[in-house]
Amino acid sequence: MLLSVVANRVAMALLTLAGVAVIVFILLRVVPGDPVAMMISPGAGPADIAALKAHYGLDASIPVQFWIWIKGVVTGDFGTSITLHLPVTEVLASRLPATLELAFLALLVAVVLGGAIAVAGTLMRRTFGETIIDSLNSIMLAVPDFIWALALVLLFAVAIPILPLTGRIDPDLAEGFTTRFYLIESILTGRFAVAGDILSHMIMPTLALALPLAAVIVRLLKQSLKEAMLQDYVLLARIKGFRELRLVLQEALRNAVGPTLALTGVQFTFLIGGTVIVERIFAYPGIGNLAIDAVINRDFPLIQGLVLLFGLIFILVNIGTDLTVAALNPRLRHA
Amino acid sequence: MFNLSRRQALAAGGGLIGSLLVPQRFARAAVGSTLNIAYNVNLPSFDPQVGPSSVNPTIQGIYRSIFDQYVGQKPNLAFEPGLLTGWGWNDDKTKVWMDVREGVVWHDGTPFTPEDVVWSIQREAKPDGGNPVSFVWASIDNFNIDGKRITADVKQFMPDLFKWMAFLTGYVLPKAYFEKVGPEGFEKKPVGTGPYMVDAYEGNAYLRLKANPKYWGGKPAFETVVFKFVPDATSRVAEIESGKSDVTLEVPYEEYDRLKNKAGLKGECKPISDIGMIFITNGGVMDDKNVRLAMCHSVDKATIIKKLLRGYGVPIDTLQAPDYEAYDPSIKVPYDPALATKLLAASGYSKDKPVKFTIQTTRGFKPKDYEMVQAIVGMWRNVGIDANIEIYEIAKHFELRMSHKLAPAAFYNWGNAIGDPSTSTGHAMFSKSPHSGWHSDDLDAMIGPLWGEKDEKKRIEGWKKVDRYIAEQGYVLPLLQYEQPILYKSDLKVIPNKTGALQPATLISKA
Repeated sequence: MLLSVVANRVAMALLTLAGVAVIVFILLRVVPGDPVAMMISPGAGPADIAALKAHYGLDASIPVQFWIWIKGVVTGDFGTSITLHLPVTEVLASRLPATLELAFLALLVAVVLGGAIAVAGTLMRRTFGETIIDSLNSIMLAVPDFIWALALVLLFAVAIPILPLTGRIDPDLAEGFTTRFYLIESILTGRFAVAGDILSHMIMPTLALALPLAAVIVRLLKQSLKEAMLQDYVLLARIKGFRELRLVLQEALRNAVGPTLALTGVQFTFLIGGTVIVERIFAYPGIGNLAIDAVINRDFPLIQGLVLLFGLIFILVNIGTDLTVAALNPRLRHA
Repeated sequence: MFNLSRRQALAAGGGLIGSLLVPQRFARAAVGSTLNIAYNVNLPSFDPQVGPSSVNPTIQGIYRSIFDQYVGQKPNLAFEPGLLTGWGWNDDKTKVWMDVREGVVWHDGTPFTPEDVVWSIQREAKPDGGNPVSFVWASIDNFNIDGKRITADVKQFMPDLFKWMAFLTGYVLPKAYFEKVGPEGFEKKPVGTGPYMVDAYEGNAYLRLKANPKYWGGKPAFETVVFKFVPDATSRVAEIESGKSDVTLEVPYEEYDRLKNKAGLKGECKPISDIGMIFITNGGVMDDKNVRLAMCHSVDKATIIKKLLRGYGVPIDTLQAPDYEAYDPSIKVPYDPALATKLLAASGYSKDKPVKFTIQTTRGFKPKDYEMVQAIVGMWRNVGIDANIEIYEIAKHFELRMSHKLAPAAFYNWGNAIGDPSTSTGHAMFSKSPHSGWHSDDLDAMIGPLWGEKDEKKRIEGWKKVDRYIAEQGYVLPLLQYEQPILYKSDLKVIPNKTGALQPATLISKA
């Protein structure tokens, strides 16, 4: 049974990715703008244009171009980036770790911060404290990630310049890494000063991504907790004399967290999408920043690879969310 | 339950806000042996000969730090020896000769030779090699090397050939090293002869360069240069204002004015070889000369520059900026709305019965591009032109231009770092160029012979005549020459470069 479920999910994932591949391939060639038009010199003639198109494989018909590309994709060859002159798989592999570290750190911050504020709001329910929390949370909900990014830039890079503004690491410390997971590797290898530098670079982009998600978590989790606090099992625990904090954390939370987790998984995909703008603002070298340049330069192979990669990430996040929610709620395991 | 009273909440909030309002004074550290530049674009590729990066004008400052060009260029656009110490044609312009600089070594210590020059030109000349201007390099062939002198046959005479050697893709690469490591290997570990060597690189993040101790032009002022790739203008402003970077460029003019006199900072904002213009596409209402001339005479360029660009710009009436070789100050297209109204009336148009067409423009690509077009449309409306604004992005502009499908009027920019009229008026107005907006036989007849004109004086005069004719016919609407704002720490000295290329090796030093 489990095997059939897994097989089903994998089949659906492959079908989704195939559809995404077709759509992005066709759209890129239909939408105005191609890389040759952008780089062709003013004095070039039709022969020069044709030669460049042939050089980049853009002279064949769309079905033929697609067939050539998809044959490579199934063998792991996504082609060569027109602007970077490097294999697309290599480029994506070099940039993805930066985005993954940023996204997961932002998720962790959002969950911890959102959870803590939701718990605090529940503990302060029906007091002025809850009103303040709800008001601040409303502001957080209304402000998108890129506005947070700009506000953080003004605050921590200009007004109180205590944090580095751009990049992922001080260039002088960026040596001796085996992988591109700089943060994880520096922690695991005990290079804590380097890890500290990386974290200092990540604070602002992480907060920019985390705060909107944290606001969503606060809104939903606080509501769920308040409902859970009215249940009979909590009343029983209160009669037994347990403290309010324990009631919230150990009685109400495990029953209230389900819907929040499911929504967090969905919102996490939006967070990953938000890395595009945030990475650009902070000059953070992840796939988001790469995507902007790829689109501006109409780097077809790179755009195609990025879209498939984002598609795969979203699919994996959704699967992970479903599994997590099922693990916490036995009633869903057989759904 | 926890209780937070109103009094406690207000006190905490007031304290936080108060602490943030207290001005924070942080010393802006003096520049040491490392120069940090908050650069406005990313460097996608280290190959300056092929691909889109090779023709990106904004990346040339980085390429010139790592590689040398065949021919060098001074900040005032004048040419000087580069890896070639001398060059020219024979008397009948059927052959070229080039003298190669001696005593130069590549960053890997191997000697630079004339074979590197020949190989580089041949690589760039291959039609399927990915060089966007291969037609330039393919104009000479059959190379012969005799000592330090290279000679070659001219297959097609190009009067601006040696200027292209200081322009886009005009860089020399190491033959032996490149053939050994291949294009991918070269991307991962590039080698040049330039004043700086690549030390570390992370795409979309930074490029760290170390001074080349054996550079033929002398050791540069800074031991280390770090280009931080910061495409976002707000972040670049923050970088220079916080002191995290020592130099930045291409910030909004409002921010430039705010920061240039701030303690610890200085600024330079000078004209560069980049102009803003409105392409006019032949066909429809644009075939009416009165309409075209009315468009030109009703735009108050000086006011647009003063009000929208804070005075940073130079109004122009031809596609030649004042520093270009064929600039003729006597060609004027004065702001004369009365004349514009009269011209339109002669064609049956008026404010009540305006001539209508679409004007395309970018938004956010050049400083206040959309706002300028809005102002122009407003000026046009006052004389009897009703233009509808359509926003397009850069990629669409190029595609439409290449297929000659731009709207009747289309705003864009035009760079010309070598200042030669063929690379501005020529390629923008000759119908066989994939980048021209106006196509007409009369103009082609004037331009055509100039491509191969061997008498330089006659060639320049010819281009001046073309510009005058274009102005008289209203075939294009030149607007302004852009100025490039540069902000830097006050213990530095920065020499603005008219090409717009910020070159740390030669143009930035300690004050």
